[in-house]
Amino acid sequence: MYRYDEFDEAFVRQRVAEFREQVARRLSGELTEEQFKPLRLMNGLYLQLHAYMLRVAIPYGTLSSKQMRRLAWIARTYDRGYGHFTTRQNIQFNWPKLGDIPDILDSLAEVEMHAIQTSGNCIRNVTADAYAGVAADEIDDPRVYAEVLRQWSTLHPEFSFLPRKFKIAITGSPHDRAAIKVHDIGLRMLRDDSGAPGFEVVVGGGQGRTPVVGETVRDFLPSEHLISYMEAILRVYNLLGRRDNLYKSRIKILVKQVGIEEFRRLVEAEWASIREGWELDLPESEVERIGAYFAPPTYEPVELIDLGFAQAQRQDPAFAQWVRCNSFPHKETGYTIAVISLKPEGGIPGDATAEQMEVVADLADHYSLGEIRVAHEQNLVLPNVKKADLYAVWQALVKAELATPNLGLITDMIACPGLDYCNLANARSIPVAQRIGERFKDRDLVEELGPITLNISGCINACGHHHVANIGLLGVDKKGQEFYQITLGGRADEHAAIGEIVGPAFSYDQVVDAVETIVTTYRGQRQSGEVFLDTYQRIGIQPFKEKLYGTR
Amino acid sequence: MTAQVMTANRLDDGAVVYLAPEGAWSERLVEAEVAEDAATLHRLEAEAERAVRGQLVVGPYLFTVALEAEGPRPIGQREIIRAAGPSVGTDFKVVAANDNDRAGN
Repeated sequence: MYRYDEFDEAFVRQRVAEFREQVARRLSGELTEEQFKPLRLMNGLYLQLHAYMLRVAIPYGTLSSKQMRRLAWIARTYDRGYGHFTTRQNIQFNWPKLGDIPDILDSLAEVEMHAIQTSGNCIRNVTADAYAGVAADEIDDPRVYAEVLRQWSTLHPEFSFLPRKFKIAITGSPHDRAAIKVHDIGLRMLRDDSGAPGFEVVVGGGQGRTPVVGETVRDFLPSEHLISYMEAILRVYNLLGRRDNLYKSRIKILVKQVGIEEFRRLVEAEWASIREGWELDLPESEVERIGAYFAPPTYEPVELIDLGFAQAQRQDPAFAQWVRCNSFPHKETGYTIAVISLKPEGGIPGDATAEQMEVVADLADHYSLGEIRVAHEQNLVLPNVKKADLYAVWQALVKAELATPNLGLITDMIACPGLDYCNLANARSIPVAQRIGERFKDRDLVEELGPITLNISGCINACGHHHVANIGLLGVDKKGQEFYQITLGGRADEHAAIGEIVGPAFSYDQVVDAVETIVTTYRGQRQSGEVFLDTYQRIGIQPFKEKLYGTR
Repeated sequence: MTAQVMTANRLDDGAVVYLAPEGAWSERLVEAEVAEDAATLHRLEAEAERAVRGQLVVGPYLFTVALEAEGPRPIGQREIIRAAGPSVGTDFKVVAANDNDRAGN
């Protein structure tokens, strides 16, 4: 994992000291709320429905066990004993007091964490494939470049006041697990014919009230030019992006407005001009220095076939089901990627108690070389588990109520905080997720249904990624009552697509029945070997409409 | 005019509070002063403005309530949740300081 150098350490501490003074001035009345708000947002501090909310950055979703323990300690000491992992691979604390925030930030700084650029119109925390560096299907570890981007974008003086927030995602695998096509910039690692590393650069994707699948602005960008090319895109956006209308200020609107051809021409021209002036790209030695932090750990040689692992699965069907659902192929023989679902039936998607965080930290230390990942689907990942250890890991997870076998299945829902917490929301998300979890609590049925993504957003800002879910629920307000619009057929992978609205919205009371109707329709029409999306693409939306609304 | 209550978030912890008689701010909606005439409404607005300047609260606004025997009841879902706390489980309900009674409905 990357370790702070003296510069990182000093500037994070400096920022905490600065914010401590700003908080004191706010509490004493020297600063009005109007003056303080932009300052607190620069430090990840929001004021939500019931309390302040602190959003802490987890760069590219990678955490050490020590950092996880500190998050648990903060949850217990300054909050209500839990934290909420988000689709940006961050963690949010829902109940901190304003006066405690500087101490929380100091505590985070001790473990090389902060809340800088988790809000505001700047380049936000760079997200990455949660299986980066360990996935069997990976071309290269994207975290090296995610860290390069983090260093480049942190407090970048030119890009601290962009027209709007800016999100970058990166994947090192051909199978996109980082939803790169619905980010302002998406980077997919590739190798050219000579084997040299580079990126396909996708631009102008996004969700919100105008969902757009990003378009490729460059088929292959040699990796050594990453920074100068990012600089060129951001400069074009910073200059031409709209600042007069909040809803038209993201880069996706600019790309749509000028067209991808013209946008590409503008970026290439800016890039040429940047490269003429001075050398902006990182020297190879610096990339190597950062890369050394992400060098693969020393894996122990293990037997090709572990008889104990196979036997445990035969003897314990619940374990076997969890292995089938929640483990993913590791690049190293004898190891696996173990995914810890934060979606227990009837639970709150993405929430973990302080005790659960500590269990995960202990498991990471004992079984996963001290490392944890946060997946954008709001789950946790132990990236380096020996198959021989998996049964012990699972048993510990069962005790901590963390062993739900539902990865990628219908109950592995993404849900934003919704109207229970969020000032922007129109409707609740979490209780709907809880009710769907209760409705689909038959684990065998859920597994039999196969991969289905079901995501819920409490408003059109789409923090719950409903646009790119196979089944998407969007909360809307109708005269003070909560209703839910349903979309079908969305997906967030390399074939990203925006879901299609199935018809009029359903009330809070009706929406879970509507989801069940969709699932029943799928089961009735499903052919052998099909997953939900296969069936949907074969039969289209009409049969679902008919079941949901009749033939009207 | 419709009955209205002044609400805000408390500056130091962000808690939902309601303007009660004599300029006090309470976490319990049942203790809120209800404005049913223009004069009371203006007085509540002036009190709220004073509380903002005095670093007690942030972002005050009025919202409509229905008057029932047990006290004012919020009309919209947003204010129902602000009054009662998150509806996601029993752990996070609003518990007024030094008072185990749950506010709101």
